[in-house]
Amino acid sequence: MMGGCALTTDIAVKTLDDPYKALGVSRSATQDDVRIAYLKLAKQHHPELNPGHAKAEERFKNVSAANELLSDPVKRGRFDRGEIDAAGHDRPARPSYRDHAEGEAGRRYSRSGPQQSEWNAEDLNDVFGSMFGQGRPRGDARISGMDEHYSLEVDFLDGVNGATRRLTLPDGRTLDVKIPPGTTAGQTLRLRGQGGAGLNGGSPGDTFIALQVNPHSHFERSGDDIRLVLPVTLAEAVLGARVQAPTPRGPVMVRIPPHSDSGTELRLRGRGVPAHNGLPVGDLYATLRVIIGDQDAALEEFLNKWKPDSPSNPRKAMETL
Amino acid sequence: MINIDVLITQLSGLQRQDLERWILNEWVRPDKGAGTFVFREIDVARVKLIQELRDDMEINEAAMPVVLSLLDQLYDLRRRMRVLGAAIGETAPEDVQQNLTNRLVNRAPSRLPDQSK
Repeated sequence: MMGGCALTTDIAVKTLDDPYKALGVSRSATQDDVRIAYLKLAKQHHPELNPGHAKAEERFKNVSAANELLSDPVKRGRFDRGEIDAAGHDRPARPSYRDHAEGEAGRRYSRSGPQQSEWNAEDLNDVFGSMFGQGRPRGDARISGMDEHYSLEVDFLDGVNGATRRLTLPDGRTLDVKIPPGTTAGQTLRLRGQGGAGLNGGSPGDTFIALQVNPHSHFERSGDDIRLVLPVTLAEAVLGARVQAPTPRGPVMVRIPPHSDSGTELRLRGRGVPAHNGLPVGDLYATLRVIIGDQDAALEEFLNKWKPDSPSNPRKAMETL
Repeated sequence: MINIDVLITQLSGLQRQDLERWILNEWVRPDKGAGTFVFREIDVARVKLIQELRDDMEINEAAMPVVLSLLDQLYDLRRRMRVLGAAIGETAPEDVQQNLTNRLVNRAPSRLPDQSK
């Protein structure tokens, strides 16, 4: 019963609509064409070759089902004549409520009464009014072009330092987009006059590009400053050292002062986001993280014998809790 | 065009008293012939629809008017869309149709392929 009702077929997810499309062959394809297309796709999407890849599995099921239908000349003929659907089920013969309701007969149950025509002048005014701003435009009216909206993902460092990206719009135009330094996520660029063309001499619309900035594996933005966790060895922290640290504009040598500790914060002046929009250049804050490293017999021997000059309890502050 | 007796024998699981109540509620609106109801094809399909909503989708009779009202509004809109589309197809020059298509399709923000990498 369910299958014949328009309402349920609309809701149900169709896994396979058109076996010809699933195999990428035309309706006039020979049985050999079908077999070749099936073997090719089956190899590509076989679940054993794409473990954990749900889409491939789904695709493989569709391809197999399509092959099962199309490789059998009897079934294929029945499908072509519309006697069975892509899943091989008999098509319900009776027209659904929808078939009636969407046609002229459907006016019988129209909310505005069976005699009403679909459209009246007021409706049209509403539709065109909201489509074009105010009232229905005359044929020669100047109409400004529509604004176009896109979104673009930007790499973290391009967002910090600025970059130029060449984009291809859906209509084939290319556009050089200048991503300014210090770009933050959610910022929208407005490219004046790069939107849809105007009609009858109307000005073109604008293109708006919403920027998303991808996170970075080491750096984190904090306004115009950048934060970084810098791993150092025990010796580098205790004795001091010069080490190389990455910055958004390439690595620099950093002096680790002697007697540093895990959590010590070093400021690298001017190594953050470049000056932009009248804002001064930001800084880079490197927080040291002491890495003890692999096990080391000499270190263990030393620690066993070691009596600190001033024994301390690093958890002292927690004891009040 | 069939009368109520034929309809009841045709649709399994349909009780006369249910159908009469649905007609009284104006969920189904058959024509009134000489002392009996006359059902057009759409009325028959609608009776089946109400049956399926009730039996297969567990929509009880208290909720039925809401569901039917929403469905009627939906089909009103779909008929209007169809009429509008047909009117545009018949009257608007091809470039206007293309322009309209482009605008409607391009309204949603879309992701762009980045060529510089």
